[in-house]
Amino acid sequence: MVSVVVLAGVAGYVYTQVARSSYMTGAFIEKQQPVQFSHKHHTGDDGIDCRYCHSTVETTATAGMPPTQTCMNCHNQLWADSPYLEPIRASFRENKPIQWERVHDLPEYAYFNHSIHVSKGVGCASCHGDVANMPAVYQANTLQMEWCLSCHRDPAPNIRPKSEIYNTSWDPSQITPDQRREVDEKITHLRSSSILTSCSTCHR
Amino acid sequence: MPSKDNKQNFASLRSEILAQSGKQYWRSVEEYVDAPEFAEFVKSEYPSQADQWDNSLSRRNFIKVMGASLALAGLSGCVIQPSEKIVPYVRQNEELLPGKPLFFATAMSLGGIANGLLAKSYDGRPIKIEGNPEHPGTLGSTDVWSQASILNMYDPDRSQEITFRGTPATWQTFMTQVRGAIEANRADGGAGVRFLTETITSPTLVAQFSQIARELPNSKWVQYEPINNDNAMTGARLAFGTPVHTVYKFDLADKIVTLDKDLFSDFNVRYMKDFAKKRTFSQEKQEINRLYAVETTLTLTGAKADHRLAVKPSQVSEVAKALATALGVGGAAPVGLPAEATNWIAAMARDLQASRGRSIVVPGESQSPVVHALAHAINGALGNVGQTVIYTDPLSPASDRPQVEQLRELIADIDGGRVKMLVILGANPVYNTPVDLKLNPDRLNKVPLRVHLGQYIDETAEHCHWHVSEKHYLETWGDARAYDGTVSIVQPLIEPLYGSKSIHEVVQVFLRENFDKTDYDIIREFWQTQNLNASAPRPVAAATSGAANGNAAQNATGGRTPGNAAVNSQNAAGQFAPAPSGNQPGPTNQSPQPSAATVNQTAQNAGAQGAPAPTQTGTATTNNAGGNFEDAWRRVVHDGFVPNSAAAPRTVAVNPAFLSQPDVKPANTGELEISIRKDPSVYDGRFANNGWLQELPKPLTKTTWENVAFVSPRTAERLGLNQNKEENNYVGGEEGTSFVNTKGGNLFSDLVRLDYQGTEIQKDVPIWIAPGQPDDVVTIFMGYGRTRAGRVGTGLGYNVFDVRRSDAMNYGTGKIAKTGAQTTIASTQTHFNMEERDIIRVADIEVFKQHPEKWQQPEHYDESMYPRFEYNGNKWGMTIDMNNCVGCNACVIACQSENNIPVVGKEQIERSREMHWLRIDAYFTGDDVNNPKGPHFQPMLCQHCEQAPCEPVCPVHATVHSAEGLNDMVYNRCVGTRYCSNNCPYKVRRFNFLLYQDWDTPQYKLMRNPEVTVRSRGVMEKCTFCTQRIAAARIEAEKDGRDVRDGEILTACQAACPTDVFSFGDLNDPNSVVAKQKKDPRNYILLNELNTQPRTTYLATLKNQNQEMPDYKALQIPKNHAPETADEGKGEPTESGH
Repeated sequence: MVSVVVLAGVAGYVYTQVARSSYMTGAFIEKQQPVQFSHKHHTGDDGIDCRYCHSTVETTATAGMPPTQTCMNCHNQLWADSPYLEPIRASFRENKPIQWERVHDLPEYAYFNHSIHVSKGVGCASCHGDVANMPAVYQANTLQMEWCLSCHRDPAPNIRPKSEIYNTSWDPSQITPDQRREVDEKITHLRSSSILTSCSTCHR
Repeated sequence: MPSKDNKQNFASLRSEILAQSGKQYWRSVEEYVDAPEFAEFVKSEYPSQADQWDNSLSRRNFIKVMGASLALAGLSGCVIQPSEKIVPYVRQNEELLPGKPLFFATAMSLGGIANGLLAKSYDGRPIKIEGNPEHPGTLGSTDVWSQASILNMYDPDRSQEITFRGTPATWQTFMTQVRGAIEANRADGGAGVRFLTETITSPTLVAQFSQIARELPNSKWVQYEPINNDNAMTGARLAFGTPVHTVYKFDLADKIVTLDKDLFSDFNVRYMKDFAKKRTFSQEKQEINRLYAVETTLTLTGAKADHRLAVKPSQVSEVAKALATALGVGGAAPVGLPAEATNWIAAMARDLQASRGRSIVVPGESQSPVVHALAHAINGALGNVGQTVIYTDPLSPASDRPQVEQLRELIADIDGGRVKMLVILGANPVYNTPVDLKLNPDRLNKVPLRVHLGQYIDETAEHCHWHVSEKHYLETWGDARAYDGTVSIVQPLIEPLYGSKSIHEVVQVFLRENFDKTDYDIIREFWQTQNLNASAPRPVAAATSGAANGNAAQNATGGRTPGNAAVNSQNAAGQFAPAPSGNQPGPTNQSPQPSAATVNQTAQNAGAQGAPAPTQTGTATTNNAGGNFEDAWRRVVHDGFVPNSAAAPRTVAVNPAFLSQPDVKPANTGELEISIRKDPSVYDGRFANNGWLQELPKPLTKTTWENVAFVSPRTAERLGLNQNKEENNYVGGEEGTSFVNTKGGNLFSDLVRLDYQGTEIQKDVPIWIAPGQPDDVVTIFMGYGRTRAGRVGTGLGYNVFDVRRSDAMNYGTGKIAKTGAQTTIASTQTHFNMEERDIIRVADIEVFKQHPEKWQQPEHYDESMYPRFEYNGNKWGMTIDMNNCVGCNACVIACQSENNIPVVGKEQIERSREMHWLRIDAYFTGDDVNNPKGPHFQPMLCQHCEQAPCEPVCPVHATVHSAEGLNDMVYNRCVGTRYCSNNCPYKVRRFNFLLYQDWDTPQYKLMRNPEVTVRSRGVMEKCTFCTQRIAAARIEAEKDGRDVRDGEILTACQAACPTDVFSFGDLNDPNSVVAKQKKDPRNYILLNELNTQPRTTYLATLKNQNQEMPDYKALQIPKNHAPETADEGKGEPTESGH
């Protein structure tokens, strides 16, 4: 009898670990994209703001994927002949969209809205990790509901000053007193955790 | 078994059967049962099959087996999701933000009347229709047909290409061939060319036809549709000597008399809105209008009326004569009216005299011309003309000749072999012409060349050489006139899904020059020649029009709710500003296949194309003196209508000569009078293939998927129809109860052979006992019996056009004979019944004003064992003002469209498995089954109880409470025990017994609201208070750092409602409309004794009866509505305690 209980317990533990593993969640797995685009190069090295490409992150539910036009804004001049960029030029030439591999894929019944998170002071890195240092983007978190809820139950630790939202390498321990005041002010305007954890907040 | 397997089985089985029979869609669930393999499957499918429990599988074994599969199911829940692609634009439009809806103004036409709409578009896909708050025809509300039109556009059964004798052809070939034929006809001025359309008010189309008339002077343009204005126009000619169009101002009328006119099941939203404005009762506005209905069958207007007189169709003209005599108009004395009716009319006439200039007498379209003429004379005598009744020019050309006469001439020409080419544009005459003027295949075959433009390969297309697929109004540019003549611009929302053409483009082909033009160019170039900045009135006939009667200015401010300019947006400003036309999906010649890529492609095409350059700019500047055409045009397209373009009022005088003319009545061919009505759902049959409308319970009978014939209870008894029933099963005495008969009677209908004017309807007609129907009158409904409607609508019901005759279009005589057979009727009236409780509250306004406190309910809140939950943030609540509800059903379809609610089919409806989150219950009251009060309508949806009975019984926490008081439904947790539904006292939960959603048809994927989960089989669902709209508004407010404003959230039902029944808002905000309404003494909680503390409450109906009327009987507040703790002598304990 004891052995059955122990066995069940072990099986249960194994089950939870498997379910949270990156094998199941897809976390930490780099995806091959049709174009070898490096966030590390564009954001980390060149210092292009996230919002240059993900332009609707402050206004709509989706952060927005850049149209080919956005790539061509620079690359009709820079590296205009590079073979690496041929898919971009082909897309622009033939008016066919590039089909990127989705890295962060929430289930269809979860209705995530970027704009409200950014507006409330959640930085990109809180969910997406240090993208500015990722040559190929991978999913830095499990994206499971328990992970979402860990923040919805207590969002305060993940609130940043406005200036650091798009700084994926920001270290919260380096916060300045002014920023601290700003963050504290923001925290007072958050909805209660009972509202944030209501089902209909994310599911419809 | 893991549910996934079953789902796959179901899907594969379905596709297999579809492949075999070519049948599809939800109605097929009924047909599936015929297939043996499916019957087998279905048998084990229904969870209610307790007898299916295999005895060899003991309970213990079952647990073992289930344990294993549950574990598997658990694991399968964590499967890695398949990889998805992100497909951005190549060149993005500035205004088009992914995931953010845009609203574009457009207009839908029905019967020549346009309603201004706003279409909500996600990523280039229109997914929802709302009213245009600035359009005079809608003022922001909608009706069932506008709401359901979105499904028509995505209907996979639509005709998808141009065909010649059934084989696909190109537009080029079509043009070449047809133009060749036209050239051959030019020699004799087109003497053999006939155009047949429905009622046309489009100024551009009228101009195009005028051009054709100049080029082919001997060609003829015939307008015919089965529901038309013939009687009104002939009546106006009788009275005034000239046809005029009548515009009523119900917002100024205190007393309204309808003469067999159903105000509330028409396409005219504005009239309902105006009526509701006068009907609304509040603490500030304690006077409400009074409605008298004289009618020949049970209608929504009769249900709402304060006094109702049911007469035979032939007697309405006598009633009109009696009223005219009583008001001193003169004319012949009425004959054959019973004494009660005479007294009734006399009392009503006195009441009307007291409201001179503030009353309206409205005749119905189906009434004979003399009734219309009399109504004009009566309105004149009452001083209403110029006040509540405005006359204008007719909106449609050729209104001086009845459409039936035009059709008669066309048929004579065809029979005489004088027609060489017949062009049928948008009409379906093979189906819907009168039987004596039937454009049947034999007649059609006499015409050497037949061209058809239509959205479906229908009965007519089948017999035409050429068929051109017609664009839906959401795909086309166009224009049309609203009920008051205001010109509305039809703007496309999406590239045509198929290779369709608009009526403008097809008519253009017949012109000598510039024949190959897009509809955008045609419309735009026409308006370049017109004055878009009209400020002075112009006659309608000049095709431009414009009137400064103050309508437009007045309407522009007519928002629904106070402080709510942006009626349909959940978000703040910005949504209402459609981009300049370069950003709108514009017309191109490409037609992308419906696929996942359509969205992007559409957007790209639109973007790449930009604004088409005007080709005739020369004429523009001259006619738009003082204004830039481009600016004016963009504003007009943006607003959806041309400002100040309402038809100019006309002064006409009644010529009393008609009073002495005899009234023409149909020949007597039987003892019964039979009247023909349009169907409240499928209209004249054009919406037959719309599953939403087919499944929409018809307002008065709650029947679905077919038409029935009404008879009165007394007549049914006399003829022995539907008699296996007891009276107390369907009438509730003094208690309000639903009018049902669950033991045979109405649900099992007797089939009869129906003979009308000597012709029999081919199919047997099911009988429905309709309380309130006049005796010896049968009412039959158009729109069914289609043979080529599509997979949904073909073969449903009986066809009235088998017997409708040009000399008896609206009523006649006939007889019925029982066949002895019975059929089942899918009616939802018996479903989700709440039995005899304090559900519906109706009282006379005078009675109520004397004792408003009588309706107070006891407060049970503190009787809970649990401490109260404090709702500190927003506390969402709803009130439903039943005093305004007319039962029009617009909210039901709006809900279905907004929330991706599936259609289940007739067979499933019979099993009470309809999925509508919002239903409208109809309760008759009164103790006379032949002359009941009501029905009174009560929209019923999830009440969002604070102490919800559904929540504690759910074993998996799939239904839980949100911190804002919503009763959340979590689809992913639901395992389908249905305990919640069993425990719901309001019966508002719906269960997906089968996979009702169509997951495969690509068109439906485009149609769905992306903000709402598409539910699968085995999941419970119900009204969410449109939580997606709440979330959208909340997010916008939070981003702006403010609270959600009152009126910022409009639920789908609220936005659609033409009569402002619903109010939604924050109960914690004392100034919100809903919080104020909750304080109204009429406010009451349904099933209060259960202490469920619903967030949805109802405001009781008030009747404004005239105490002088012979049928006056004070509607008292029933004793069981009185509070338990009321003062002595005033109240008694409620019937059911707690």
